[in-house]
Amino acid sequence: MKFKPIRFIPDDTRFPIMRLSRFGFFFSGLLSLASVLLFVFVGLNVGVDFKGGTVMTVRTADAANIEQLREQVSSLGFGQAEIQEFGSPRDVLIRLPAVEGGDEAQQTTIAKVKEALGPGVEFRSVEVVGPKVSSELAEQSILAVVFAIGGILFYVWFRFEWQFAAGAVLSLLHDVLITIGIFCLLRIEFNLQIIAAILTIVGYSLNDTVVVFDRIREYMRKYKSMNLADLIDFSINSVFPRTILTSVTTMLALVALYAFGGEVLRGFTFTMILGVLIGTYSSIFIASPVLILLGTVMSEKKTVTEAKAAAAARP
Amino acid sequence: MLHFSKWKQFGILLAVLISIIVALPNVLPAKYQDMLRPYGLKPMTLGLDLQGGVNILLEIDRDDLKKRLTEQLVGDMRSTLREGKIGYSGINRAPDGVRVRITKPEDVDKAETELRKLAQPVDAGGLFGGGTTASLFDVKLEGQQVSFTFNEQGIDSKIQQAVSQSIKIVEKRVNPDGVVEATIQQQGKDRIVVQLPGVQDSQEVKSRLDRTAKLTFQLLCEAQPTGQGQNPPPECKSLVMKDDPAQTMWVQTSSRATVDGADLTDARGSFDQSNQPVVSFRFNQKGAERFGKLTRDNVGKPFAIVLDDLIMSAPRINEPILGGSGQISGSFTVEETNSLAVVLRSGALPAKLTIVEERTVGPSLGSDSIKAGFNASIIGLVLVVIFMIIAYGLFGIFANIALLLNLIMLIAVMSFFGFTMTLPGIAAIVLTMGMAVDSNVIIFERMREEWRNGRSAMSAIETGFKSAFATIFDSNFTALIAAVVLFGVGSGPVKGFAIAHVVGILTTVFTAYTVTRYIVSLWVGWAKPKEVPL
Repeated sequence: MKFKPIRFIPDDTRFPIMRLSRFGFFFSGLLSLASVLLFVFVGLNVGVDFKGGTVMTVRTADAANIEQLREQVSSLGFGQAEIQEFGSPRDVLIRLPAVEGGDEAQQTTIAKVKEALGPGVEFRSVEVVGPKVSSELAEQSILAVVFAIGGILFYVWFRFEWQFAAGAVLSLLHDVLITIGIFCLLRIEFNLQIIAAILTIVGYSLNDTVVVFDRIREYMRKYKSMNLADLIDFSINSVFPRTILTSVTTMLALVALYAFGGEVLRGFTFTMILGVLIGTYSSIFIASPVLILLGTVMSEKKTVTEAKAAAAARP
Repeated sequence: MLHFSKWKQFGILLAVLISIIVALPNVLPAKYQDMLRPYGLKPMTLGLDLQGGVNILLEIDRDDLKKRLTEQLVGDMRSTLREGKIGYSGINRAPDGVRVRITKPEDVDKAETELRKLAQPVDAGGLFGGGTTASLFDVKLEGQQVSFTFNEQGIDSKIQQAVSQSIKIVEKRVNPDGVVEATIQQQGKDRIVVQLPGVQDSQEVKSRLDRTAKLTFQLLCEAQPTGQGQNPPPECKSLVMKDDPAQTMWVQTSSRATVDGADLTDARGSFDQSNQPVVSFRFNQKGAERFGKLTRDNVGKPFAIVLDDLIMSAPRINEPILGGSGQISGSFTVEETNSLAVVLRSGALPAKLTIVEERTVGPSLGSDSIKAGFNASIIGLVLVVIFMIIAYGLFGIFANIALLLNLIMLIAVMSFFGFTMTLPGIAAIVLTMGMAVDSNVIIFERMREEWRNGRSAMSAIETGFKSAFATIFDSNFTALIAAVVLFGVGSGPVKGFAIAHVVGILTTVFTAYTVTRYIVSLWVGWAKPKEVPL
């Protein structure tokens, strides 16, 4: 082979992760707190999937006059209509709140908007979600995120030890929390697609975390005398090239999707890109360093369970 | 570790070959697709968000069903008590049932026995094995009052019945000619999902679904309202005219004065003598007899044609109508009569259906999405492939071969099992590409580490695969947990993402690990490497 592969991460790179993780904790704590505050005081821009209502995308013959459309739709008396450009000047997204009067009443909105906008407008998609379905979807989505994290907690607990499970779940909560915080801040519509993205992030971030954990477990058996901080540091650095390379390939795919996958998927892809960044960060700076905080308990447990050299080797 | 038995090699190659064959229809022109279809080989099913179409979620209106069952019960109670010559004072409807007070204490026992027969045993689905049959109503005697209360289990069973019945009726309504590829399925306990690919205008479909189409012919009462807000006399009901909502009429409710439209055999949109659009209908024999008797006995009197509690028209009976056919007029448009005819032919729904969710995608957006998804996939693939070659050289090429096979297998599984591909599903495929090479990255990094730690090339390669397996398994399994949970939530498109994601994770474990290992083993056997080219 004449061609020499390029090393993106030089061999024997040693980042003082454990030292940096102190700033990481501080930084993440700050961001998490900010996210909670944003969620409480600003709130999510919840889409029709979860609060009911009508959303349609229309294409006009010429560049759309958003102001005029807003007037036309608002005059129908369905409450505050949200109107924004959707990918091109001719494409417009119209969002109407749920109207009073239960599921049946929602049906009247489409016909009225169609009438008001006239025949020159192409309706590319229409979604009407009744109040009943939307509240169910919201409930199911919350349950899904809880179940996913719970399921992962048990799996990691089963495969490793409870400290690992705690670390993994803490970093997952961190990822979800900050993602939601960013959604509150940027006012991006929060809908079912975003829930799909968040669950995928949960899977991805965990994937990263588990790879590090595997290495920590392996080194714990191999280097019994090394202290936990050094061991975690060493483990994270050993898998560091992998962590970065995988993030890069995933990111390449996501960027392609974001740039060329069309407007419909943009919210999803944006969330994923965000999540991969946060997930990569948290699996390095949160999940494993947390083991140190819980570490004393683990070494006690180790003396009980593996009462061989482990206890004697510890200084 | 790098040794593959003959059988294993055969198995891997067979799996790859089968995948290629099964995935093939997706890239063939339509002509060849049709040739392969008889052999069970078909392209992926596209979701409505890619194909364009209407997706409607209907829910059986529980309250409406209860209301109807109550009405029916009240009628039955009246006739039972009348036949038994039992005096009663007032039948009271409550939201949860009906109460009746028996006038004479000595009649109470007899009344209870007779009325209990109306409790309507239902098949409760045999949840508790033998013997426990629920009734629609719980009957209780309190002093001289007999009360009927709805039994929740009984109602659930009625709802289930109504759903199955409604599915058949909805099928006839949305697809009267059987030309559309409609999917109509029960969802949950009391819902029906209707999917109509290729249909653009949901309005037309909805107008057929949200009407019950309960048609009756009822005699008018002797007395008619003279002003607003008057209460109708007993056994009469106040109904509104279709053309003029301000005008009400009183119609008789007794079964003797009513002919049910359920006995229709046919209904067509047509025109009357003065060329107005009307719906012509024909009764079956039972209906024709009843209709004939009613009209014969009441010549000269007006009667009302009532559809879903609206009076369409109230003509006078000029002569007995014995042939069993007639017309419904009511200032309709031609479209209305045609749609009404379809609805009448399908029969009346057992209860009102409410549209609780609707998602419609136009065909132009659908094809734009396919194009965008395809472009994004190709560009994503090219980027990942180039990156892997830059980062890992020859081994990168191996990983890329595995990646291509991964995609082929993913598409093959989706096609074979008829899973629906949606736009988020395409996103899942693109994501799979990014994440699939992860397993290869783990393996290659491990090999390199082992080699740098002083192992021989052969040993490093072997150990790389061996040590990486547990990690690959764990990391993919946890991703799988999240994906499977996602499958349980949400409708259509998001489910499409979950399916493609789950399938992608499964195929990844096979291709990125087993297939790569096989390729590497072939290369090792051929090149006998002295160093690891990483």
